[in-house]
Amino acid sequence: MFTQVDLRTRFGERGYGGLYSSESLVAVLEEVETAFLKARADDAFMDKFRDVLRSFAGRATPVMYAERLSERYGRRIFLKREDLLHGGAHKTNSTIGQLLLAKYMGKTRIIAETGAGQHGVATAMTGAKLGLPVEVYMGAVDIERQQTNVKRMELFGAQVHPVTNGGATLKDAINEAMRDWITNVGSTYHCFGTAAGPYPYPSMVKFFQSVIGNESRAQMVEMTGAMPSAVFACIGGGSNAIGMFSAFEDDPDVLLFGAEPAGASEDPDRHAATLTRGTPGVFHGMHSLFLQNSEGQITNTHSIAAGLDYPGVGPELAAMQDSGRATFEAVSDEETVNVFAELSELEGIIPAFESAHALALALRKADELDPEATILVCVSGRGDKDLEEYWNYRGI
Amino acid sequence: MNRFDTAFQQPGRKSFIPFFTLGDPTRAESMRLIRAAVDAGADAVELGFPFSDPVTDGPINQRSMRRSLSSGMTYNGCVEMIREIRALYPDLPIGLLLYCNLLFKRGERAYAEFAEIGVDAVVCSDLPLEESGRHCELLGAHDVGCIQMIAPNTPTERAARLIDRSSAFTYVISRFGTTGPSVRFEDDAVHRVARLRELSDKPLVVGFGISRKEHVADFWNAGADGVIVGSYFSLLVERNLDDLGVARKEIDEFVRAARS
Repeated sequence: MFTQVDLRTRFGERGYGGLYSSESLVAVLEEVETAFLKARADDAFMDKFRDVLRSFAGRATPVMYAERLSERYGRRIFLKREDLLHGGAHKTNSTIGQLLLAKYMGKTRIIAETGAGQHGVATAMTGAKLGLPVEVYMGAVDIERQQTNVKRMELFGAQVHPVTNGGATLKDAINEAMRDWITNVGSTYHCFGTAAGPYPYPSMVKFFQSVIGNESRAQMVEMTGAMPSAVFACIGGGSNAIGMFSAFEDDPDVLLFGAEPAGASEDPDRHAATLTRGTPGVFHGMHSLFLQNSEGQITNTHSIAAGLDYPGVGPELAAMQDSGRATFEAVSDEETVNVFAELSELEGIIPAFESAHALALALRKADELDPEATILVCVSGRGDKDLEEYWNYRGI
Repeated sequence: MNRFDTAFQQPGRKSFIPFFTLGDPTRAESMRLIRAAVDAGADAVELGFPFSDPVTDGPINQRSMRRSLSSGMTYNGCVEMIREIRALYPDLPIGLLLYCNLLFKRGERAYAEFAEIGVDAVVCSDLPLEESGRHCELLGAHDVGCIQMIAPNTPTERAARLIDRSSAFTYVISRFGTTGPSVRFEDDAVHRVARLRELSDKPLVVGFGISRKEHVADFWNAGADGVIVGSYFSLLVERNLDDLGVARKEIDEFVRAARS
């Protein structure tokens, strides 16, 4: 059900990853690493994890054959329905794993950052389930555009802290969560939202999210008798992507594609396409690719999908781009919004703007694939949260 | 000889080290603020290169760095400011604080440049021991001091290793959290410095939160060779942006009072 990971791995020839943080966090990160290794080998912990994933989160999520979409594009398209997971997005896989780990470590307070609000909602919801108090840092701009998620977090009893620094989006929320953690290291567990940051987080989050890929692989084999030809996922930090890719990374016949945000196509500076337009750097605890100026100042980003609006990316994905194992392309806000509407009309599924990026890239690439190809797209979350933004974008 | 070594070897004299973000609020004003502190009797200076996302710093220094960047300060601008400060004060120990990404982007030429402009020591607050091998090697190759940081939760054995790996001095973080003025310190912060003092006779400098001259005296008395006051001065700048003469006067008075 889960993929084995090596926590101290450096990824690729450029050695992405690592642990670049304040000295105050070094001991805590080592504590997380030790606890995770122990928990993963502890049958009681893993049984509990599987049980909560099943009974609370609703795993396994289905893979669905998208019949009308397939007909329109002339390729067999399958959707991994992480939008059906409790909370409405794949984030729940990792929050359950991490909060159970926090309990295992004896931590009494959880902090998290959130962009679109999905990770915040998942953390708040899981905190409620497991009886752990949660505080969430969220950029003021994101709070404005994701009001429903803010209210959901509050309903679950979480405290939401608005962040007004910088661009007031995900990067700035992560900064504030890290500051909180540095201040409260003893009692607090930082539930990181994506497969990025200092080790052991990139690999630990991959482990928790690998359930997406492992389920998908088995489901595709069951449904089609073979593995998919091409797999698509969206990339902000990249947790759903690395979780999905984990099951296929050692099968070179399965093409892996990641879609990142090209943002506002009319303004080439307003995007968050880190893999395709970023450069190597060291920030938020990791050596990876970042959107930054020539001196290393991190730039503000834009995407209509708040969950992708981040100037960095998980280090393992950066290495997969270098090695050519995965291919990454950027998808604009406009393409995203069009696909958001198209999937709604054709299949009765409103995808998150984030997930619509993945589907948009799949539809862009469909022509280039063999007519017999099977395409698997990770619908990482549902789009109810994006309806207001959709109407705003359309001027409705 | 490293100028910090000279400063710390003066018998019976502890060091008062103000921190300033280079370029806050503008290059010209920043220079005047630094000069005010040095002319008032500061024993050394710690200078920060502004960074867009200074996670180890608190909101006061973040705003200080934001003001500097907004005024157009660049990496090259910082280098030129240091060159100017060095010309004005040939014997002043100068330490730098940079975030790792600025060094990463500048590349290895940064180290030769530090030596050339007369920098005595460098600390990188998001570059822990495990990742700092090449950084320390390059500093050593250019005869620039390497500063490692010790946190409140650093185990004793690791603290000893960090002191061992430091040259110039070791930076002792006074408390959990980011930079920012404290009203008072827990007794343990002072005791911890005294315990670290027993590990080694190499120079220890305490920073984070120090905002009163009594704090300075407490840490000196606990065995610290120096203290750094940073956010408090950034706050004075922020409060007096309309009349920085007031900030300079207050900084002058603080330094003189601490030194007296």
